[in-house]
Amino acid sequence: MSAGSTMPPPIRRIELDASPTVVPPSAPETKNGGHSSVGLAAPRRRPQRAAAGIERMRAEALSVAYGGKPAVTEVTLPVRKGEVLALIGPSGCGKTTLLRSLNRLTELTPTASSTGSILLDGEDIHAQEVTSLRRRVSMVFQQPNPFPMSVFDNVAYALREQASRRPARDQLRPQVEEALRRAGLWEEVGDDLSHPALRLSGGQQQRLCIARALAVRPEVLLLDEPCSALDPRSTQTIEDLILKLRDELAVVIVTHNLQQAYRIADFVGFMYLGELVEYGPADQVFGEPKAKRTKDYISGGFG
Amino acid sequence: MEAATATTPVRPAPATGSGWRRTDRIFVGVCWATGILLCLIAGSLVLFMLVKGLQFLSVNLLTTHPVSDLDQSKTGGFLDPLIGTVILAVLGTLIALPLGVGAAVWLTEYGRPSWLARAVESGIEMVAGTPSIVLAIFGLLLFSQQFLSFLSFTAAGNAVFGRSFFAAGAMMSLIALPLIFGATRSALQAIPGHVREASYALGKTKAATIRRVLLPMSREGVATGTALGMGRIAGDTAIVVILLGATLRLQGVGDVPVVGTLRGTGSTLTSYVYNNSPAGEGNAPDKAYAAAFVLLMVVIALNFGIDLITSRRGRRA
Repeated sequence: MSAGSTMPPPIRRIELDASPTVVPPSAPETKNGGHSSVGLAAPRRRPQRAAAGIERMRAEALSVAYGGKPAVTEVTLPVRKGEVLALIGPSGCGKTTLLRSLNRLTELTPTASSTGSILLDGEDIHAQEVTSLRRRVSMVFQQPNPFPMSVFDNVAYALREQASRRPARDQLRPQVEEALRRAGLWEEVGDDLSHPALRLSGGQQQRLCIARALAVRPEVLLLDEPCSALDPRSTQTIEDLILKLRDELAVVIVTHNLQQAYRIADFVGFMYLGELVEYGPADQVFGEPKAKRTKDYISGGFG
Repeated sequence: MEAATATTPVRPAPATGSGWRRTDRIFVGVCWATGILLCLIAGSLVLFMLVKGLQFLSVNLLTTHPVSDLDQSKTGGFLDPLIGTVILAVLGTLIALPLGVGAAVWLTEYGRPSWLARAVESGIEMVAGTPSIVLAIFGLLLFSQQFLSFLSFTAAGNAVFGRSFFAAGAMMSLIALPLIFGATRSALQAIPGHVREASYALGKTKAATIRRVLLPMSREGVATGTALGMGRIAGDTAIVVILLGATLRLQGVGDVPVVGTLRGTGSTLTSYVYNNSPAGEGNAPDKAYAAAFVLLMVVIALNFGIDLITSRRGRRA
């Protein structure tokens, strides 16, 4: 580093005309702990996972286009319970679109169209009622966006049926407390649940959003760059939280932050120009990427 | 860190105006002048109303019914016009509020088919641009129809009078509607899309999201629009003169207490001021000043009251 500090860093360009070298999703093999050659030296926070969990969701040859312009092409991807799946890739590569299709939020964009299928426990999600699907596959967004209500009401809103004010506060209290505990926010807000949610700090707001998403008891939790608006400390809190939640549900996280993916992910999907270039155990993707583009991206060649 | 702060040169704040170009100076001068001029106009208006109004205002005026008499000392107060103003403002707002908010929600949250959305938008713009006297004439035509006779009184020979608080309130609502619509729409548009998505992602329907998230978030905008609309209703004269009958006292129709009053005619402070100004037939400028002052106070009080309601509800949330 010190020797080359006066020199500009080498720029490695990715050949845009080359056809992508897509590596077929490999079955989770035995983990080889060696991740020596490329990339990241940060300590991994996650303990090694022994075996793959039960598959909850599966995208099968999924393609999504916005007004005819493809955003995701032919992606096949399993989402398993008990593990964190990180989707990485440069901006505009379709990670968020893929994530949003998993609970049919892409439908809110009038120009979006999709082919292929997404299965939740073997059942096509498009055959399901959308509100109940979204309660099973819930989502946390990039910007902390609690509703302008009290902390209690934010969680209670998620628990109650549509616009109803029932069940009453007293009946919901245990469930609200549990959701806040699971999101690691109870110690901080437990003594004043009537505190306006918008007056919490950014990290607390994001954990409240997680609590809100957990309150509906989802089976899959989608996180769209949940830490990108937060400081390192709040980020760490949320990462710890994600690792804790991993045991109970399937977690899919989109992140721009490779270090973060490296720290918390069990499996990593690398997307580029709408394609899933590589999918595999985090150790393998970060340690010995099979595709050249993955290697380039992970070692900082582009992105 | 400390070294960095020590070495940072302390730049003296530039003296305002020094070294400015002449055109800049002229521009700043013009800005100052227009600002001060507007302040002077507003200030003198309030001061004038305050002096003239307080000079002639007495509790007596507020609590006695107006009487038609040539002798100025016997014409009584303006209790009826005061009540009329309040009734009309409340009635017009009650009609305009759901319509305006509903239209704004539909346009921002649904807005399909788009040709209909465009039509609604330009329709409301047209209503906003229509002079109130045109609305009044249209209203007179409308409410004189037989099928709307239950909203006013029917004279001998089956002629529908077409003038009542109901008729005037309905037309007044059209004056407040564009303001409420506009303010609500911009408040809704200011809510970022990911807030809506957060609600949908919890399995909420659009209707639930609108009721529990979007409308509470746009409460302030709705309140601003309502306050502006009420002020405009309280200040309008043309509709009162043509559609409310501008009778000196409240003249109810039938025996039902509230509905009777609303079906009947009356006047408001604006028409009272007009009638008692040197231009009107009453010609009692003293009372006109006092009434105008009260009108100003009523409008300010309405705005203040709405502010109070919304801020209290906001704090609770």
